[in-house]
Amino acid sequence: MLYREAGDFKTSYAKDSQTFPIKFDRWGYWVIMVIAFGVVPFIINDYWVSAVLLPFLIYAIAALGLNILSGYCGQISLGTGGFMAVGAYASYKLMTSFPEVPFFFHVIIAGLITAMVGLAFGLPSMRIKGFYLAVATLAAQFFLVWLFNKVGWFYNYSASGQISAPERTMLGYAVTGPYASASAKYLFCLVFVVLLAWIARNLTRGSFGRKWMAIRDMDIAAEIIGVNPLAAKLSAFAVSSFFVGISGALFFSVYLGAVEVGEAFGIQKSFLLLFMVIIGGLGSIFGSFAGAAFLVLMPVLLKNLLVGTLGWPTDLAVHFEFMIVGGLIVAFLIFEPHGLAQLWRLTKEKLRLWPFPH
Amino acid sequence: MKLKKLAAVTTAAVMMATPVLADLMFPSLSYRTGPYAANGTPVADGFADYYTLLNQRDGGIGGVMTRVVECETGYSTEKGVECYEATKGDGALVYQPLSTGITYQLIPKVTADGVSLLTGGYGRTSAANGDVFSNVFNFPANYWNGASHAVNHVLDVNGGDISGKSIALVYHNSAYGKEPIRTLEELAAKHGFSLSLLPVDHPGQEQKSQWLQIRREKPDYVFMWGWGVMNQVAIQEASNIRFPMENFIGIWWSGSENDVAAAGDAANGYKALTFHNVGTNFPVFDDIQKYVVDAGLAAGDGSNVGTVLYNRGLYGAMLAAEAVKAAQAIHGVADITPAMMRDGLENLVVTDESMEAIGMKGFGPNFAVSCENHGGPGLGAVQQWDATAQSWNMISGFEPSDMDVIQPLIDADSAAYAAENNIPSQCN
Repeated sequence: MLYREAGDFKTSYAKDSQTFPIKFDRWGYWVIMVIAFGVVPFIINDYWVSAVLLPFLIYAIAALGLNILSGYCGQISLGTGGFMAVGAYASYKLMTSFPEVPFFFHVIIAGLITAMVGLAFGLPSMRIKGFYLAVATLAAQFFLVWLFNKVGWFYNYSASGQISAPERTMLGYAVTGPYASASAKYLFCLVFVVLLAWIARNLTRGSFGRKWMAIRDMDIAAEIIGVNPLAAKLSAFAVSSFFVGISGALFFSVYLGAVEVGEAFGIQKSFLLLFMVIIGGLGSIFGSFAGAAFLVLMPVLLKNLLVGTLGWPTDLAVHFEFMIVGGLIVAFLIFEPHGLAQLWRLTKEKLRLWPFPH
Repeated sequence: MKLKKLAAVTTAAVMMATPVLADLMFPSLSYRTGPYAANGTPVADGFADYYTLLNQRDGGIGGVMTRVVECETGYSTEKGVECYEATKGDGALVYQPLSTGITYQLIPKVTADGVSLLTGGYGRTSAANGDVFSNVFNFPANYWNGASHAVNHVLDVNGGDISGKSIALVYHNSAYGKEPIRTLEELAAKHGFSLSLLPVDHPGQEQKSQWLQIRREKPDYVFMWGWGVMNQVAIQEASNIRFPMENFIGIWWSGSENDVAAAGDAANGYKALTFHNVGTNFPVFDDIQKYVVDAGLAAGDGSNVGTVLYNRGLYGAMLAAEAVKAAQAIHGVADITPAMMRDGLENLVVTDESMEAIGMKGFGPNFAVSCENHGGPGLGAVQQWDATAQSWNMISGFEPSDMDVIQPLIDADSAAYAAENNIPSQCN
């Protein structure tokens, strides 16, 4: 009844191709924006930011990046953790080498550096695809972690090989370091998320996205109709790595403050992000957010429920958490193999017909 | 829609988890799951049991009950942050995260939040300089002391001359494992031994190539900075290549019953460092048996009492409890705040009398903490595994380390940290 196309007349091409064709969605989008920017910063505390919102936002950026590569362009990557590490170490080197440059630009440049590294590791995709490409990206994962462990220059020769983010400000407010306020950190990351999601949405529905999807669906056919596979695949690797690099930079500097490459950016991070994209829905912007939310919020929620409310022993709760989250993943993939995004699509279909389904 | 529902339930859960009571809260960032659970569990048990004992026997500390809030980190820094944020608003007095990675992350945070961090035997070594690290304490010993203890032991065995000898360091390839390298390099230059470095990646199940290298190079001694399953594998591999066990020395995190059990009789003679005593031959264990175990209040399954790592958890809990007493004496308040706790830690004095009063005489070294020195004198001992008796035995007393080498390193590293983060001198 409320959720319908009827009566919403598109009178120009711009209106016809807008992101949210249904009025209800457009309103929903703006309401979420107003709440995210105007309400949430005033009511959150350290726990909410550090345990829930920051990981959600930062993983959402990384999931968006991986979704561009795997979901839209069909190139499976197991090197996401390594690319996040590139973003983190690039931002660390930039922060410590050029303290006078605003931190916002450090994050962007860290993303660009990661894009270049991603390009280099994307070159094998010209020759190999599918599982073989996954193995090549796995090599990137292990090589990058090894590199940041081995070469002292990357961690400024600190005794332990840890990198720690010094305090950096944005418009006078600290966004990294221990004195950064909860809302400053949250807003800083939120700006990146909104910006990057907007870029991702517009890239994927433009000519770039169509080329990527053509390559994904059938690369030979795509080549025959005039898509340059070199440009399409490499641009997907570059854009994806740019997103992942930014998320790595934020992950290190704003969220954790100190990282150790093997622990924070190991192979398990690559798998976690791949699961986010698969559970959320391959080839969907909303899916990236849904997947990140599912895998970040679910453990925190279950922990608070089982330990905080029910008073279970912590180890038992963690074991149950694994079982519940694992069970839910299995159930989701059985009932909806296309992920949470498809569930959302079906819900919208149903809503359009409600209350008179045929 | 789904997000909002999740958020609402989470809020409800967080709200319900916050009680309001006057008590002394000790967060226990433990790990009873994950690849390091075998070692994390006994420590967490010992930690919890000591406070249960204080509550049951003495009615808390100075008349205020203690409360241990456990939070499972699984040795992961992300969960460590979540645990820290979840507990810090709850009146947490001092954090003992039992993970060098989490420690690095918490050092700036605890300082900003005015809470204390006690990392006995791990963490950032240069935090011993209290002039820079106001809220971080790493008494009674740190990794650099440990590196020196191991070298001193080798010196003792060789009559004071080890020039020309070779030592291999097998280490966990993380912040934790890398900590001793700088000190060992300095000591190698000073004593003229050669040092080779063999990193082992997390979690440490695969060490074939490292031990092949040891077999080929035949170092005179092997030191190990390992944790969790890495220890068991290393001791097994050492026995496979018939490396003489008495020349194999682990740091205090590589010397528990779990680590040597897998190799069986082959582990006989393996040595490890320690900064507290072993066994249950102390009056406090009678009280633990009576008030905690027999009363059915033991943490975990109660099977770890008296093991090396249980004793370590107990020792850490005891030091924090003694610091509470010191803080209560300084401020004349029983229900102390985190800021008072910091003062208590900074003025902690451990003597034979104070240890005897709590039934733990000789359990750990005597030391005093000061504003400049948050690390104590760094005394440590060597223990050796007896596979037939299935017990660790102390083969030395608590001895000093080579502070001539270590102190300049601490000063340099902490000065660099102070310069990076604009930290003014705290003690003047």
